[in-house]
Amino acid sequence: MNTTQRGMLLGCLLGGLVVPNQLLAQVSHERIQTSADEPQNWLTYNGSYMSQRYSGLDQVTVSNVDDLELKWMLQNQVVGAWQSNPIVVDGIMYITERPNDVMAVDAVTGRVFWMYRYTNAPNATVCCGANNRGVAVLDDKVFMGTLDAHLIALDAINGQPLWKTEVGDVNRAYSITMAPLVVKDKVIVGVGGGEFGIRGYIAAYDADTGKEAWRFYTIPGPGEPGHETWEGDDWEHGGASVWITGSYDPELNLTYWGVGNPGPDWNADQRPGDNLYSDTVVALDADTGELKWHFQFTPNDGYDYDSVQVPVLVDMDWDGVPRNLMLWANRNGYFYVLDRVTGEFLLGKPFVKVNWSSGLDENGRPIPTPQPEGSPTWPGNQGGTNWYPPSYSPRTGLFYFLAWEDYATIYRKEVSEYEPGRPYLGGGFRVLAPAPGAPTIGIGRSSPINNWTDEVGHGAVIALDPRTAEPRWKLDQFDVSDSGMLTTASDLLFTGGREGYFHAIDARNGKLLWKASLGAQIVMAPVTFMVNGRQYVSVISGHTLVTFGLPG
Amino acid sequence: MRPCILLSALWLCFFSLLAVFEEGMAQSLGDHQYTSADIEAGARLYAAECALCHGPTGDLVDGVDLRLGQFRQPLSDFALRQLITTGLAEARMPGFDFDSTELDSIVAFIRSGFDPDGIAARVGNAGRGRALFEGKGGCALCHRVNGRGPRTAPDLSYIGAIRTPTALQRILLDPETAILPINRPVRAVTRAGEIINGRRLNEDTYTVQLIDSEERLRSLLKEDLVEFQVSRSSTMEPTTLSSKEIADVIGYLLSLRGLQ
Repeated sequence: MNTTQRGMLLGCLLGGLVVPNQLLAQVSHERIQTSADEPQNWLTYNGSYMSQRYSGLDQVTVSNVDDLELKWMLQNQVVGAWQSNPIVVDGIMYITERPNDVMAVDAVTGRVFWMYRYTNAPNATVCCGANNRGVAVLDDKVFMGTLDAHLIALDAINGQPLWKTEVGDVNRAYSITMAPLVVKDKVIVGVGGGEFGIRGYIAAYDADTGKEAWRFYTIPGPGEPGHETWEGDDWEHGGASVWITGSYDPELNLTYWGVGNPGPDWNADQRPGDNLYSDTVVALDADTGELKWHFQFTPNDGYDYDSVQVPVLVDMDWDGVPRNLMLWANRNGYFYVLDRVTGEFLLGKPFVKVNWSSGLDENGRPIPTPQPEGSPTWPGNQGGTNWYPPSYSPRTGLFYFLAWEDYATIYRKEVSEYEPGRPYLGGGFRVLAPAPGAPTIGIGRSSPINNWTDEVGHGAVIALDPRTAEPRWKLDQFDVSDSGMLTTASDLLFTGGREGYFHAIDARNGKLLWKASLGAQIVMAPVTFMVNGRQYVSVISGHTLVTFGLPG
Repeated sequence: MRPCILLSALWLCFFSLLAVFEEGMAQSLGDHQYTSADIEAGARLYAAECALCHGPTGDLVDGVDLRLGQFRQPLSDFALRQLITTGLAEARMPGFDFDSTELDSIVAFIRSGFDPDGIAARVGNAGRGRALFEGKGGCALCHRVNGRGPRTAPDLSYIGAIRTPTALQRILLDPETAILPINRPVRAVTRAGEIINGRRLNEDTYTVQLIDSEERLRSLLKEDLVEFQVSRSSTMEPTTLSSKEIADVIGYLLSLRGLQ
C-alpha cells in the first residue's frame, strides 16, 4: 500500500468515527508521537520525536523528481537569513520570520491566513543574527520562543496570543532562537547567550498556562554532581546555551538535548575543568527534567564546538543485537554512536580532518592535542558540521549530514572579564586563508561572488554508515553550506547550500538527480508534506520560501 | 573530472609550505622593508608620543586609521616623515622633533599595521611609480586603471583603497603566493574541443564564470567540459624592479582609490 492509499484509508477510518471537527484539527501529543503514521504532515521541528527528518511520502521518486516544478513562493518581509523550519498540519503551514513574526499559510497556495508580530524588548541581544528557527504545535496552540527570552502561546486558528512567559533575563542577554519541543502537556525550550556569559538551562512550561514545570541547568550549581568541573565562580557565567531543538523517546520518556560551548568561548585556560554540561548531550526525564545520563563530547572546549546538533534517534542492530541508539556528527569533527538508554559510548571516528585531538579513548573522551599559538586547528571555528539538521533513512540505513572540509582556523586567547549582558569571548579566531588578506568564509553569504573559493573550505554531503562511521558516498560542493537534510521513503535526499542550489540526490548512491538554482543561500533543511493527495517539498532560499510539486 | 579533489591535494601541500614561506619572507625581502627592530622601537615611540591622540589602535582621529594605512590622502614614507616633523596645523597635530632613526621606526610601526611581527613595506613617490607602472615595470600591459588598459588582469583603479602597502609589496615580489584565489588562471576544454584560457571571476559547484584571453565574459557548465583546471600559479611574473622602484610603484598603487 503506498502512502496515498494509506492516507485515504486513514481518512475513511477517521471519517467513519464520530469525532467533532474541532478535535480532528488538533495536534494531540499522541499524534506527534505517531507522526510516522501521518507522513502528509510535518508536526515537529525535525519531523518526528526521533528527529530523523525522514518522511514516509513517496509520490516524488527517483524517476519523476526531474519533473518537480515551482508551485508557490512566499517572500520574507524582513531582511536577514531565514533559518526557520515550517510545521505543516493538515494543509496549514506555520512559519516564523525575523525577528519573531509567525504566519499561518495555506500550504497549497502560499497565501497567508494570519500573521502575528511580536515586538521584542529593545535590548534583546544575540550573537549571530536575529534568528528564529520555528514554532511547535500542540492541540490548537502554536508556541514560539523570542529573542528577548520569552515563550509565547498563540491560538493556531487566529494567531492571537494566549499567554506569554519570561524564560530568561533579557538584560543578561538570554535569548531564544530555537523552535520549542512539545512533549505531552509541556513545551520545552532552551536559552541562547553562550557568547554573553549566561548560565544555560532547558526548561519546560505547562502548555495551557505557561507556568514553568521544571528547569534543568546545563551548568550544575554548588552541591550538584558535575559542579566540581568548574572552579570558583566560573559556573555562574560559563555559557552552555541550548539553541537547537532536542529529541524525545516516548518509551524511555527521555528527552535529549545538545548543549552549546562553555564561556568565554576561546580561552579554555580561563575556566579550568571539564565544564559540564557544555558540549554535552543530556538525557532528561521529560516529566521532571531530572538528568538520567550525559555524554560530553568536548571537555574544556576552547574552539567553540557547540554540541547543539540534533540528537538523531535510531533503532537498529548493533553487533547483532537490537539497540536504541543515538547518532551524532559533532561540530568537533567526530561522528559518535551512543546507546540512548544508558549513554554508553559505542563508536567514534573523525569525519573531517581533526588535529585538536589525536583520537578518542575507550570511553569516547578526546585525547587533546592543542595546537601551538598561531597554528591552524582543524576543524575550524564553525566546525566539521554545525546546527544544520541531519537525516537518517531507515530504508538505506545511512546517516546524512553536511560537513565542512579543508576548513581550519587560527585561534587567539585572551582573558575576558565577565560583565552582565556583554560579549564574553576570551579571544577570537581567523580562518586560515590561502593568501594574506584573502577573503574567507563568514557566517553567511555576503556576496553573490564566491571570492573565498573552495580553498578556505567547502561543503560536502556525507552519507555515513553508522555501523562503521565510514562514508558510503560523498558529494562535494564548491562553497560551504548551512543546509540540513531531508530523506524520503522513495530514497530521495533533498538539501541545498550557500550557492543557492537546491539538490535532489539518490540517497542510496549519491547520484545528483535534479537541481534548481533558487538564487540565494539555502540554510535550514527542506520539509515535505502532502495535501489533497499531492506531495510538496518546501525549502527556504534567501528571503524566499519556495515550494515545489509535481505537475498537474 | 574532479577538480576539487585535485585542488585539495595540492592544497594540502600548499598549506605545509605556507608556514615555511611566512618564516622565510622576512629574510628574503631585504631592504624593501623596515626591520623588526624598527617596528619594535616604533611601537614604544608610538605608545609614548602618538597614542594619546590617535588611540591605541590608531583610529581615534576622524578619517585616519593608522593601523590600516588609511590617511586623508595617500602618503609616501617621505611625506609621512615630513608630516610628523612639521605637524598639521589645520588638524591641530603638533610637529615632533624626532631624529631620522626615530622617524624610521614610527613609519615602520605604521606600515607594519601595528604588528611587531608584521612586515613594513616602504612607500615611495607616486609620480615616479606611475611612470614605472606604465613603462619599465610592464604593469599596464595587463592591468587596467581608470578606464585605460587591458582587462585580462584585475582592474587596479581602486586597489589603494583595499590593499595595504605590505600586501602590495607581497604581490609584486611573489605573485604566485599572494594571488587571491578567485583571480587564479583557469583553463577549460569544451566537449567541442575549444580551449579557453582566462581569469576566474566566480565559481560554484556546477559552473564557472571567467574573462577569457580575448576579454570576453564566459560562463561554462562544468558538465560540458572535458577538462577544467585552476592553476596554482599566477600569470604575473615577480617584478625585477629595484627596491626603490618597488616602493615608488607601491606609492602609485596606494594613490588609486577609484572614482572620487
